[in-house]
Amino acid sequence: MAEPATQASSHVGDDIIIEMAGVNKWYGDFHVLKNIDLTVYKGERIVICGPSGSGKSTLIRCINRLEEHQRGDIVVDGVTLGNDVRQVDQVRREVGMVFQHFNLFPHLSVLDNLTLAPIWVRKMPKREAEEIAMHYLTRVKIPEQAAKYPGQLSGGQQQRVAIARSLCMNPKIMLFDEPTSALDPEMIKEVLDVMVELAESGMTMLVVTHEMGFANKVADRVIFMDYGEIVEQNVPSEFFSNPKSERTKLFLSQILNH
Amino acid sequence: MSQEHATESAMARPPVTQVGAVRWLRENLFSGWLNTTLTLLTIYILYVALPPLLDWVIFNAAISGTDRDNCTYAGACWVFVKVRFWQFMYGFYPEPERWRVNVVFIIGILGVASLLTSRVPTKAKLIVGVCMLTIFPVFAVVMFGGGVFGLEYIETSQWGGLFLTLTVASAAMVGSFPLGMVLAIGRRSKLPVVKTFCVCFIEFFRGVPLITILFMASVMVPLFLPEGLTLDKLARAIIGITIFNSAYMAEVIRGGLQSIPKGQYEAAHALGLSYWQGMGLIILPQALKAVIPGLVNTFIGLFKDTTLIYIIGIFDLLGMVQASFRDTKWLGLAFEGYAFIMLVFWIFCYSMSKYSQYLERKLNTGHKS
Ligand SMILES: Nc1ncnc2c1ncn2[C@@H]1O[C@H](COP(=O)(O)OP(=O)(O)O)[C@@H](O)[C@H]1O
Ligand SMILES: [Mg+2]
Repeated sequence: MAEPATQASSHVGDDIIIEMAGVNKWYGDFHVLKNIDLTVYKGERIVICGPSGSGKSTLIRCINRLEEHQRGDIVVDGVTLGNDVRQVDQVRREVGMVFQHFNLFPHLSVLDNLTLAPIWVRKMPKREAEEIAMHYLTRVKIPEQAAKYPGQLSGGQQQRVAIARSLCMNPKIMLFDEPTSALDPEMIKEVLDVMVELAESGMTMLVVTHEMGFANKVADRVIFMDYGEIVEQNVPSEFFSNPKSERTKLFLSQILNH
Repeated sequence: MSQEHATESAMARPPVTQVGAVRWLRENLFSGWLNTTLTLLTIYILYVALPPLLDWVIFNAAISGTDRDNCTYAGACWVFVKVRFWQFMYGFYPEPERWRVNVVFIIGILGVASLLTSRVPTKAKLIVGVCMLTIFPVFAVVMFGGGVFGLEYIETSQWGGLFLTLTVASAAMVGSFPLGMVLAIGRRSKLPVVKTFCVCFIEFFRGVPLITILFMASVMVPLFLPEGLTLDKLARAIIGITIFNSAYMAEVIRGGLQSIPKGQYEAAHALGLSYWQGMGLIILPQALKAVIPGLVNTFIGLFKDTTLIYIIGIFDLLGMVQASFRDTKWLGLAFEGYAFIMLVFWIFCYSMSKYSQYLERKLNTGHKS
């Protein structure tokens, strides 16, 4: 079953940043996460793949507690997630998330989307927040769109704004939930390029995606999930050329041959 | 080859359509059998109804002079409205003290205007807004009522006319909007106590006629108030109207809250915003924007509903006009009085409607994401 993480990963340091142990979650009677054990090291880039409905989104949403788990422990950057609202807020300040459908705030300009959280959550002066926002907009290559509203941008541009918005909070961890699957094919690359750059800068990243080219290029570790379990995890070269379980082989054959 | 090129460049521009009055008439008024019939019918009705109406309102109407003998019997007698005009505006508020009302209204209008125009910077608006909600109401009550700072005391029973209508309406609007917002959010709360309270409150006050609430406020509430505590009848009426309309307001706003996708809440949470920050900065601005037409509808309804306070013996604009019908010198001029009320209310309601349309255009930021 699950490979031990130490064998599968060539992590940068030995500092653990996320520790999930025996995590279980149910939606009513439906057992969506089953005994998840996952250790993530600082600076690690992890790609999570698996069939639709296998619990990938639920897994990463538990890390910033958009979903609550019912059994097991999740420790993020030294903070244990539970019912304590202050601890949840503390974790959310350090964890950025990028969604499939961008979820930009349509009533705010791009610049205001970016400065909102730094101003209200980090209590940063407006001037400073705007400088940081422009810095990240430049990094995602759309500084000229700062004054526009999200509804006036293309999907690829919106997703890059969403990435910049998360980065403005200077997070230690970035979560991506299928960031390119709502995009037209010609826009996927512009978003992936930004993500590759981010990975090269040393950001700890957990990415749910079926972009196997991206996984091959930047991932330290690929995790395969099915039916709420981590079925297999390995470094990309091994994962793709030498999958161990039948379910992984089937999944890979399906997505690589379509 | 060159011809092909010409067609192509012609296609690049939108087709130029022939314009002109005849064409417009043909396309809009006579574009088919049914349309033509309706157009002709409308013209006929206007032909029959408009001339006598205009005769009554304008051509045969009397406006000069100051007493009954100046009225003609062929048209409206605007002399009546003219003579009574200032009473319709201020009620029985003593004439030498009316400057107090004017001062409050001028400040109020300036304050509201500065909040509504886009020229004033946001920071200034914030200061003005806070003042309008805190200092201004106190100032207005002191000025209207007096009894302090050497101002003559004037009982609320002497307040009246349009001045009272506007006072009641503004107070009820300013009160019911935030209350409605709180009720709407409360109705969607996960806490059972909060939710149940809000549901009961909304469903009760939405389910009973306003007139019964006003009667209760004027007759029953004083009986239940603890010994020694009195609350002015006008204040009770305003509270009644506020509560009644907050229930409607809450349902309109709840509709807006429901139209906001879950992803907006999630993005707010993921960025570390607290529940109330997310509500105030992300959810409510979008929800309120989505329901501007419904909110304005409720405001207009509230404004017109204020006329019901006449029934509990408060002389608003409607009350003043109706009271004047009883003056034996001016008997039989109800049409003129009601027409005047209609005109005044229409001006205010139409302005609100126009402003809301402007606001919708201004807040439109492109497609939903
Ligand atoms: N709020 C919810 N209530 C009930 N079932 C849910 C809810 N969210 C997700 N599920 C179910 O949980 C399973 C896993 O969902 P998800 O984590 O979104 O899968 P994935 O991201 O791998 O496609 C799916 O079968 C989905 O139908
Ligand atoms: Mg998913």
